[in-house]
Amino acid sequence: MKIEIFINGIFYQKDVPPDHRLLDFLREDLGMKGTKKGCDQGECGACSVILNGKVVNSCLIMMVQLPEHSEVETIESTDSMVLSLQDSFVKRGATQCGACTPGMIMATTALLRNKPKTNDREVREELSGVICRCTGYQKIFDAIKDTQEHLERG
Amino acid sequence: MQRKIFIIIKVAGAIYTQTKFLNLTLGVVPLAVGKPLERKDARIKVKGEAQYNFDLSFSDEQYLAVVRSPFAHARIKKITVDNEKLEQLGVTVGLSKDIPGKNIVHVILDDWPLLAEEVVRHVGEPVAIIVGKSPTVAKSAFSAVHVEYEVLPAVFNPDEAKDHPTIQVFGDNNIISYWQQKNGDINKGFAEADVIIEGEYRTPAQEHAYIEPQGVIAVPLGRDEITIYGSMQCPFYVQRAVADILGYPWSKVTIVQTTTGGAFGGKEDQPNQLASLAALGAYLTRKPVKYLLTREEDIENTSKRHPAIIRVKTGATREGILQAVQVEYLMNSGAYSTLSPAVLYRGALHAAGPYKCPNVDVQAYAVATNLVPFGAFRGFGSPQVLFACEEQMDRIATKLGLDPTEFRQKNLLHKGDTTTFGQVVDHSVGMSETLKQAKEKSEWVQKWKPAPGFNQVIQESRKGKYLWEGIGVSTIFYGVGLGSAGKALSRTGSYVQLEPDGSVVFAVGTTEIGQGMITVLSQIVADELGVEYSKIRMAPVDTSRVPDSGPTVASRSTTFSGRALQDACKKIRTLMYEIIAPHLETIPSDLQLEGNYIISKETKRKIMVDDAIKIMYQERGQVAMAGWDVAPPTDFDNEKGQGNPYVTYAWATNIVEVAVDVQTGTVHIKKIWAAHDVGKAINPQTLEGQIEGGSLQGMGLGRFEEIVFTPEGQVMSNNLGTFLVPTTKDTPSIHSIIVEDPWKQGPYGAKGFGEQPLMGVAPAVTNAIFNAIGVRISEIPATPERVWKAIQDKVQEEAI
Repeated sequence: MKIEIFINGIFYQKDVPPDHRLLDFLREDLGMKGTKKGCDQGECGACSVILNGKVVNSCLIMMVQLPEHSEVETIESTDSMVLSLQDSFVKRGATQCGACTPGMIMATTALLRNKPKTNDREVREELSGVICRCTGYQKIFDAIKDTQEHLERG
Repeated sequence: MQRKIFIIIKVAGAIYTQTKFLNLTLGVVPLAVGKPLERKDARIKVKGEAQYNFDLSFSDEQYLAVVRSPFAHARIKKITVDNEKLEQLGVTVGLSKDIPGKNIVHVILDDWPLLAEEVVRHVGEPVAIIVGKSPTVAKSAFSAVHVEYEVLPAVFNPDEAKDHPTIQVFGDNNIISYWQQKNGDINKGFAEADVIIEGEYRTPAQEHAYIEPQGVIAVPLGRDEITIYGSMQCPFYVQRAVADILGYPWSKVTIVQTTTGGAFGGKEDQPNQLASLAALGAYLTRKPVKYLLTREEDIENTSKRHPAIIRVKTGATREGILQAVQVEYLMNSGAYSTLSPAVLYRGALHAAGPYKCPNVDVQAYAVATNLVPFGAFRGFGSPQVLFACEEQMDRIATKLGLDPTEFRQKNLLHKGDTTTFGQVVDHSVGMSETLKQAKEKSEWVQKWKPAPGFNQVIQESRKGKYLWEGIGVSTIFYGVGLGSAGKALSRTGSYVQLEPDGSVVFAVGTTEIGQGMITVLSQIVADELGVEYSKIRMAPVDTSRVPDSGPTVASRSTTFSGRALQDACKKIRTLMYEIIAPHLETIPSDLQLEGNYIISKETKRKIMVDDAIKIMYQERGQVAMAGWDVAPPTDFDNEKGQGNPYVTYAWATNIVEVAVDVQTGTVHIKKIWAAHDVGKAINPQTLEGQIEGGSLQGMGLGRFEEIVFTPEGQVMSNNLGTFLVPTTKDTPSIHSIIVEDPWKQGPYGAKGFGEQPLMGVAPAVTNAIFNAIGVRISEIPATPERVWKAIQDKVQEEAI
């Protein structure tokens, strides 16, 4: 099955096995291991990526169902929002074991792009699909606030 | 007179200037210890560059599938293998007869077979392995291995299993282990008590739910050497287990821990079994074999927190002084002993709480049943008994009409007091301080008022007031390190090497599992050697770097690998002083480390550590040292139920605010205050991370985390959609309060505490529920169903 797709702005034309999901495509066909996997069932959110502007569990998206020339953004992105969040996560101690971190950062990126001035209540609502078992989420909230302030200052 | 004053001023001024000058010129770099420095592994983790078990690949790698028992208890009558089909699929099958060494996964008691031979004792017990070129190919061969079973009666409840007349899961009475704690005369204690409260409590099986599922890769080198890569807490446990299974000398089994995506105790003993299964596959095929568990396979078949039944009778005087505590603790251990004897030990010793009490009798049993073996989980047997203990404390306070914090305060251990098991806690006893600070920060005094009468709650709810607010407390303690039962393992190694450019690489035998160990140990090495934190690196954990350092459990890594590193660094400083002394025209004993300088005490001449290291290399000096630490002595006499079981204790107070909806039984957790005496915060930021994460896991245990089994003993809640863990929507604001009452023998005063944040949250939640609606919850988690039912039962009981 031939696929044409943009990953982090780079165009790929690839032959993909028909049973491959977006997660398999990224990790196996492209060898991009930054997107982690925690449950393969869309329950933990570790594999979250941004697909055409919306955050999705890449383990639940079959490659065959993607619209042509879809745009996917992953943790390997060099977009300033992603970089800023990564920096805030480091400074605020928002990563511990790190297995949820790429998914959490991508979910947050999608949220802040749509709603840069989002509030605590919305953050809790929008990120509830990504499970972190280590941090208790407090430092993740701190990191998000830092990024918001950083972006506001420009 | 005037002149004299002038001289004094001049001298004082000189001292001031000199001190200031010294500080400046010494360029005392900010000391690393005590600072919230950036985690060493954070940058690669936020980029997704950290390599977890599922990120690794090896050439010609094969995948493992495990044929598991569908029955909780059955006799294996016959195993038939369809060789033709195996050949067709290109897969290899391994049975118990193919194990070259012993068919035993070593943990403590050696009752756990790698592959079942005659009897299976729980659903999911491994019977055979299949190795194929992909997970799908390996699994497609399940139908080629036919196992004929004769189903046997099974038992799942420890009350029934203990001394069961016919069903034998372990030994002849199903009792795996027994510990007791005894103090004074229990009957006399109850006779002298004015109030006596009895209660029975139940706690659930809890899944660790680390985000990276379990996984290992076994890479053989011919037929007599092997390396295991994988996610784990205890590489030396795995080394022993694999060596036993393959019959190899330990020297030919190397274990390399890979980035571990969470563990919480779940990757303590379990990797022994998983690595042994993969190792057998690698041995049979002579190819690298990956065993990466799916989420379902992981939840169904690996260890969890022991479900427990705890019966407690507590007596106190009218004035609120504890007189007697009697506990029966039945821990459901599942089908094999694994870590249960050690888990039970900690449970038995924590059962009477951080209080003074002259008469105590704790009888603790680990009972075998036909469920999946239960094992280590943050708190290790203590959260169950602490839940029961703290419920009892609250009930007595209520009965006596006392504020529960004041009642606890009357009984808490202070410096110089004796624990219920006879240990004098002579220093580093910040118990009361944690209570004091938690009360202040939570504004307990302003907020707490006695629970409303249940009648009032029901009457008002019928008029539309559904939401009721309450506040609850718990006070707990944690015995640091392995304790006397694990004394043989209480030693740690380290290795420290100076590099020619002045940077430092070190190795230890304990592991980073997300808790921040690499960071904290690097901070210790930085200050011990006067080298900047940024120049310190920890080498990946590999069993061939340092000798067996015991497990990464019992909150021991900071404390005990820290001590081993201090030992190695001290030896390196001696080497440095010997080489540097002639350059500073002095003798080695005149030298000391100040910041990143080596300085002569006599002449104040000094040299930067960086330069000293370069000179050591120029002069071909020894630039690396191994360190070793043996934990301070501990002892416990199980006959007497008394001793000094732990080297020291960490202490904590949790205060939780809730709102309970009496119509639905839903409990909203609003705020958690968690005050912990940790001795010394080596890195306050990672420490807060431990408090916050542990508190939320504890809240999960109190509120909704529960593994449910079918009546046939199979795990029903086998994914993260049915076993619920807290999300961003569930987390309250968590206020960490750090209390530092230093432990003299710990590195910079630090004592281990990583498990403690989980341990006391559940009872603070249920006590807050009582404070809100006047109903006691004696079984956790306090799910809406359970709270609703408790309300309805009480409505019936009191005929409201």
